[in-house]
Amino acid sequence: MTQRTESARVALNKLVQDPSDAVAGIRDGSVVLVGGWGGVGVPDVLIDAVARLGASGLVVATNNCGMGRPADVGLLFRNGQVGRVIATYPVHPAATDFLARFESGEVELELIPQGTLAERLRAAGAGLGGFFTPTGAGTLLTERRETRVIDGLEHVLEPPLRGDFALIRAERSDELGNLRFRYAARGLNPVMAMAARTTVVQVDELVPAGRIHPDDVHLPGIFVDRILVSGGVP
Amino acid sequence: MSRPGWDVPQQARQVARRLPRGGYVNLGIGLPAAVADQIDPDQHVVFHCENGLIGYRGMVGGDDPDPDVIDAGSRQVALIPGAAVVGHDLSFAIARGGRLDATVLGAYQVSADGDLANWTTPAARLSGVGGAMDLALGAKQVIVMMRHRARDGAPKIVQRCSYPLTARRCVGLVVTELAVIEVTADGLAVRQLAPDITFDDLQNATDAPLLAPSATP
Repeated sequence: MTQRTESARVALNKLVQDPSDAVAGIRDGSVVLVGGWGGVGVPDVLIDAVARLGASGLVVATNNCGMGRPADVGLLFRNGQVGRVIATYPVHPAATDFLARFESGEVELELIPQGTLAERLRAAGAGLGGFFTPTGAGTLLTERRETRVIDGLEHVLEPPLRGDFALIRAERSDELGNLRFRYAARGLNPVMAMAARTTVVQVDELVPAGRIHPDDVHLPGIFVDRILVSGGVP
Repeated sequence: MSRPGWDVPQQARQVARRLPRGGYVNLGIGLPAAVADQIDPDQHVVFHCENGLIGYRGMVGGDDPDPDVIDAGSRQVALIPGAAVVGHDLSFAIARGGRLDATVLGAYQVSADGDLANWTTPAARLSGVGGAMDLALGAKQVIVMMRHRARDGAPKIVQRCSYPLTARRCVGLVVTELAVIEVTADGLAVRQLAPDITFDDLQNATDAPLLAPSATP
């Protein structure tokens, strides 16, 4: 068997045609990492597919809680599918669906600094048991947490943040799931892909293996399980 | 009715001219975004955004807006030649790792000791923290750019912060529409007053005692 046919076989295993196949396996209580920051890099078709799937009690990790765009993470709050959310900036005025569920007590919020979110995801992806960070030490956000003084500075122990699924978006994938992102749309998408047991990517464009130069791959396909080609929710 | 002191572009200019030449400078959400529009290109400052853009400037006429090139407040900006883009893990490694020469952040309160409170209020049931804690802690210099008083008229430069802190003793410089104030070991030293603002005006709008320009080196 040539290397060419080998890569084609792997690619067939990752490509999915239908959004519902892309998110298959997400069930009640799943931990879902949702990419996107400030309205860019948002896997809107995958979020829409989770809304149609109807799983509830989800634990969602996300930077924002909705920016008022069609099919952003706000949709999952509107549908009442989220039980707990781990976020850094849930207060956007357009995050009305999150706000309603939060005010009624249906959604529990864990607020964490943005750099800590990125690093907790990275730690999970890198197989680490956590890390000590000075960020947030001595503030309300880290009360009752294990601390240690390192180089004279108080640090807080942060655990890894692992997901059952990551829903991410990239500009381009090859058949192996090697990805390239576009400007600020990169964001948390690569670390979320690393941190999940199953990573699903929504891409605008699929290219043959070899079309992306190995040196130009932002995230290697080893972190990607399913590829859905879609230009987004209209 | 015009408000006393500098307008936002003038206030941003006061920040911009104090940024280190050739420095890497993060700009936070809110008023600090305007600094990217007011920087003198000859200062060769490279602006960093928490979202991973390193090397951007405010849009000018003729720029083609790109939906994926935005600043911390989701405002469209333009990349400069030599810009780089990284993910959030690396962007915050830059912040926490001490590589930023300065960050310009908004604030609810700044204390005489340079304590910063900018992520929540005592009354808030819901808050957002974003990158504020990483940036306040990691940057070599923290510059606060804010209105001098809160919407209800309360002074924001206070003896001690009554709001939950973002980070302790981190602020070095405060630029409001009324004045430029440096946090020094001796206290809050007024470095510049906006036109038509007297020192007494400024002290009356400020909870913490200020050192007059003539009283400080």
